[in-house]
Amino acid sequence: MAVRKVVGIETEFGILHRCDGDSNPVAASSMIINAYVNGFLCQRVSWDFEDEQPGTDARGFNEFDALAPEIETYLVNAVLTNGARYYVDHAHPELSTPECSDARQCVVYDRAAEEILIRSMEAANNLLPDGEEMVIHKNNSDGKGNSYGCHENYLVDRDVPFSRIVTHIMPFFVTRQIFCGAGKIGMEVPLTEPEPAAFSDRPFQISQRADFFEEEVGLETTLKRPIVNTRDEPHADTRKYRRMHVIIGDANMSELQTYLKLGTTSLVLAMIDDDFVPEPLTPLVPVAALRQVSCDTSLSTPIELADGRRLRATEIQWEYLEMARKYAQSHGLDAVGGDDIGNDVLDRWEAVLAGLEADPMNLASQLDWVAKLRLYEGFAQRHGLDWDDPKLAALDLQYHDLRPSKSLSRRMGLERITTDDEVNEAVSAPPPTTRAYFRGRCLDKFGDQIVAANWDSMVFDIGTDPLRRVPMLEPLRGTQTHVGSLLDECHDAAELLRRLGN
Amino acid sequence: MAEREQVRRTAPRETESPAPVDATGEGATELKAEMDDLLDEIDDVLETNAEEFVKNYVQKGGE
Repeated sequence: MAVRKVVGIETEFGILHRCDGDSNPVAASSMIINAYVNGFLCQRVSWDFEDEQPGTDARGFNEFDALAPEIETYLVNAVLTNGARYYVDHAHPELSTPECSDARQCVVYDRAAEEILIRSMEAANNLLPDGEEMVIHKNNSDGKGNSYGCHENYLVDRDVPFSRIVTHIMPFFVTRQIFCGAGKIGMEVPLTEPEPAAFSDRPFQISQRADFFEEEVGLETTLKRPIVNTRDEPHADTRKYRRMHVIIGDANMSELQTYLKLGTTSLVLAMIDDDFVPEPLTPLVPVAALRQVSCDTSLSTPIELADGRRLRATEIQWEYLEMARKYAQSHGLDAVGGDDIGNDVLDRWEAVLAGLEADPMNLASQLDWVAKLRLYEGFAQRHGLDWDDPKLAALDLQYHDLRPSKSLSRRMGLERITTDDEVNEAVSAPPPTTRAYFRGRCLDKFGDQIVAANWDSMVFDIGTDPLRRVPMLEPLRGTQTHVGSLLDECHDAAELLRRLGN
Repeated sequence: MAEREQVRRTAPRETESPAPVDATGEGATELKAEMDDLLDEIDDVLETNAEEFVKNYVQKGGE
């Protein structure tokens, strides 16, 4: 039986400090996060980089031992009461959502992440002198060959051979961009042999990221990026789980796309867990196929497969969808959060594939890349511009601008999956259905007694030596059902630890 | 469980040119008006010095 697909998204945001002199992106990113932490949080708790000891016995969250934490203090790194991690990653502000128990919940936390960045930006701008401004973009490329990621994470079964994951996720990743792509103008990395892809009729791509992938499988995330990333750091019980770290995706402004991306990938990974997969649909040259699909907005060019067949991206996706329908019949949909959400993902997946086959341009209210294409065509026509005009390049950045007064994507009439109320709540409250609940509630209630936190443990200082570490190796324990009333009842962390120990 | 209606379309599309739009049709007029409104709004919020903004937008490091 497939492991429940606990999911999360880590997004690196583009940042621009507009000022007269030179700006330092690391300092700017730190300022953004500090402005939020100092302005909105009562307690500041640092991220804890101390790894769990390898080979540790399987333990629930309610057993604890003592271990002195080592806290990284060089760069800003905070844990939020909604269970998220907010930090400076190299030269970007990055926010990792809390662990979510299904795709829809994760969309809410992805939107909450945007809201947190908007509030951070506003708080930072209040501190800056007149004439200076911080601008944040949720995108993946500066248009000049520099890319930064929006990574997804999925819990998978440790017993599944990684080669099976690679074989069956590869064709899916090469083609899912047709409904996951955020779109961009131009090409940032020259095309190479064997078969250079070409734009179908204008210099516009479906994906922001396809240009930057050079390998099929590997550990890298910044150089020679692989389609399937092999980072093996489960942040959970290593004997039971793997964390599938996905680096191929775009950061989407469209909620529907984030939902489809997480929902369909969860389904395919559940199928792989259960070895319920179609015949391999491996492209002959996956990296070239990835870029070919990205450049082909007409979706008409077939991909050459290793077995000699030629299938279009939509046809490969139909194969996965049909298999997923059968999987739902035979195995159920518990692994992706139950029938309601599983069937909704299946239906929307089918609708978007049918829409793409009929005419992609009809999906302008659903898909970022189509919304962009329609807007840029209209804009170029109205102002008599060529596709290489800087005004269009500016639109292509401003689509992702998080400033409410400037955001283009929020003016495009994109279909919503979430409500403003639930997004606002998710800015400060954790998801009730994963261990993030325990992390977030503890931070909110006992913040002054928490020394550090990370994905799979928290360290408390209850005034007695030594510090107490609470392991949280099971992503689906420590939920509201498990510890909600306990957390309501406890007056301080000492009482909480005492009662957890019983 | 009832049999699902198969919506899959397997026939490759013959041509890549979009279906001709009747420029005088009501739907087309509505779409165009909607696009005009959107473009008016975009003209209002677009960065004033687009060229400068694009030039200064450099993002190094990450992941």
